[in-house]
Amino acid sequence: MKELQIKKQGKKYDVVIVGSGAGGGMAAYTLSKAGLSVCLLEAGSMYDPQKEIFQLKSPWESKRRGRATKYRPFGDFDACYGGWEIEGEPYTRENGTEWEWFRARMLGGRTNHWGRISLRFGPRDFKGYSHDGIGADWPISYDDIKPYYDKVDQLIGIFGSVENLPNEPDGIFLPPPKPRLHELFIKKGAQKANVPVIPSRLSILTKKLNDDRGSCFFCAQCGRNCSMAKADFSSSNVLIYPALKTGKLEVIANAMAREVLTNSEGIATGVSYVNKEDMLEYQVEGRVVILAASACETARLLLNSKSQRHPNGLANNSNVVGKYLQDSTGAAMGGYIPELFGRKRYNEDGVGGMHVYSPWWGDDKKLDFPRGYHIEYWGGFGQPAYGFGMGIESFNGKYPVNGKQKEAGGYGKSLKEDQRYFYGATVGMAGRGEAIAFEHNRCEIDPNVVDKYGIPVLKFNVKLSDHEVKQAKHMKETFKEIMHNMGAVITWGDDGPENNYGIDKPGYIIHEAGTARMGDDAKTSALNKWSQAHDCKNLFCVDGSQFTSQANKNITWTILALSMRASEYIIDEMKKQNL
Amino acid sequence: MKRRDSLKYIAAGALATGTLAIGCKTDEKKSDTTAAVPDKKTGLHRYEDEKKYEEEVEKMPDFFNAHEMATITVLTDIIIPKDEVSGSASDAKVPDFIHFTVKDQPKLQTPLRGGLRWLDMQCLKKYEKAFKDCTPQQQIEIVDLIAYPERAKGKPELAQGVAFFTQMRNLTVTGFYTSEIGVKDIGYAGNKPNQWNGVPDDVLKQYGLAYTEKELKECVSFS
Repeated sequence: MKELQIKKQGKKYDVVIVGSGAGGGMAAYTLSKAGLSVCLLEAGSMYDPQKEIFQLKSPWESKRRGRATKYRPFGDFDACYGGWEIEGEPYTRENGTEWEWFRARMLGGRTNHWGRISLRFGPRDFKGYSHDGIGADWPISYDDIKPYYDKVDQLIGIFGSVENLPNEPDGIFLPPPKPRLHELFIKKGAQKANVPVIPSRLSILTKKLNDDRGSCFFCAQCGRNCSMAKADFSSSNVLIYPALKTGKLEVIANAMAREVLTNSEGIATGVSYVNKEDMLEYQVEGRVVILAASACETARLLLNSKSQRHPNGLANNSNVVGKYLQDSTGAAMGGYIPELFGRKRYNEDGVGGMHVYSPWWGDDKKLDFPRGYHIEYWGGFGQPAYGFGMGIESFNGKYPVNGKQKEAGGYGKSLKEDQRYFYGATVGMAGRGEAIAFEHNRCEIDPNVVDKYGIPVLKFNVKLSDHEVKQAKHMKETFKEIMHNMGAVITWGDDGPENNYGIDKPGYIIHEAGTARMGDDAKTSALNKWSQAHDCKNLFCVDGSQFTSQANKNITWTILALSMRASEYIIDEMKKQNL
Repeated sequence: MKRRDSLKYIAAGALATGTLAIGCKTDEKKSDTTAAVPDKKTGLHRYEDEKKYEEEVEKMPDFFNAHEMATITVLTDIIIPKDEVSGSASDAKVPDFIHFTVKDQPKLQTPLRGGLRWLDMQCLKKYEKAFKDCTPQQQIEIVDLIAYPERAKGKPELAQGVAFFTQMRNLTVTGFYTSEIGVKDIGYAGNKPNQWNGVPDDVLKQYGLAYTEKELKECVSFS
């Protein structure tokens, strides 16, 4: 290695962005399209979905038949490279606490394999504290963000149905796909339990939206990135590569941001980063700095950006950075529908995800927990992958196969007959709900540990509260009722209080939010209503960190809308010479 | 995909670009530590550290010896034999899959090696021959003792054998049904561009189900 020094880029950009996921991608797109010069730092690779293709591969094209690896925990055909443990990039947890932290390390981040579930926050979701005295209100309302949700719907595309539900605002929808067979059973079973089932709202183009992208051809492999049609949203396909065509965007991949640089006035001047290819130190200058490295990484950057003017970390006079960390609650149950045994085969792939879902229906005045959750569903003829057919001994003795009572287990022609008989009858459901944002749930800098770049790492300290556990209890009670109404048999997930109703570990749902929350009061929030740091006017955070609360809705669509809104504000402020 | 089908989808605007990317050779990126390069063996794109991991697994010495592989082959073909619909486990190269799998998942090595020896010991005691050298009838007699967990309850001397056979059955079915032969057998009809027009009418009728007027009006339809 050449003599180590800090190399400064000659050029000063209008904007430097850290992170290329939903928030970073939207900012890069919006700003470069408006003619600003943008430098985007991405910690991972210069992923190209048009060259790195997993779509339409057959199970046998992987020796492990799609089983997960450390680098691709969602399966080795999954598009997202990164994982729960990244070599040389550790994190720690406070003793006695649990937190699972997933990180992507590629252009487009987790949007390369996300669930595509795109739910607008409703009016009540921005005013949780006003509603039930818990948590804090956002400094904005639904009316402030609605025009941006509309623009995102039209720019990126989403299918769904107009339902006029009070807290589930309708979007500008493409048509949804018809429910699958198991989803029709779910509809019947849920309706008997007074649980609503409506078409899902996924960011998949069921109809052509524009000439830049194709339309869905129903292979259900969005998680492999839709290299071929760009029919599902990934920041890589839909925002970054189109933005590169403007000539105003430069992407520096394999760039691990170290800290945000500030001057003696406390104004951000740029970002210092490690180039992972040559392991040398670089700095890039910008008039404005936008952090979108994902909620926890953004908090980490802020906390690691200490200076005389920002002794507590950048944008942290309020001392809230890293705090109010939330992840969606999660609990699931599954089994099979005996009525679907031995059923006719046909191509049931559909889109990559559920065609129906259940928005939150409860009245929290009548329940013992605040806020709520939505239900996601799955089942049917899934593509065979590692794990297929395992565990048949737990049910092939319980049900006659083609009229013949069998013994659990077995082998031979009889086993082949059993596998054919039971295939396509599985069903499952999971709740995804709002966890309350508590100040004590946090990530902070571990004083003892650095990563391989010498950047201090995060230490997590998160505990589930009673609210979340009671929500999981309600999920399990509801799922049991739906399963029973469908005539389904439960084979897993019927948990009780001894394991908190099977609630997933915090972080496991990968919807982190809250670590640089927005608010009107600079004493209790890091950002103002424009995603702009109170303490540093040319610094913005446009990923999940800005969320004051989470809602029972996956946060990506709101990240996209807020990032577009913040970017337009930046353009406006620059025109006015305020930035 | 057949050219005819692919042209149909290009015309329908399904694809983002005019050409299909399937099967296209990719350019190897200029060497940089995290560039993706297609794994020449599988054709799947892998970053450097993933590639290194795959190579490490490949380079591991074969775990099973010839006797064990021969036993595995006999066992997997008993578990998934040829029938009127499809071939056997060895037709679907399941032994190769198991051979790879124990290198990819080393924690399986001891249970499988131990289970294979357990099986051989049962046969040696009963028939004075290792499992693979017994007659088919003798092999089935032994398998019948351990293939049915309920049947073996109350027989603690068989418990390890039952656990082993269950593990072998799991690996065999997974290796079989993720092979080309197995995917065809099970009737999975997806993994190709198509038009989802809902549950077929005859299936709806069979289950006494129907789409609502709202669904028929607002959902994507392909006549």
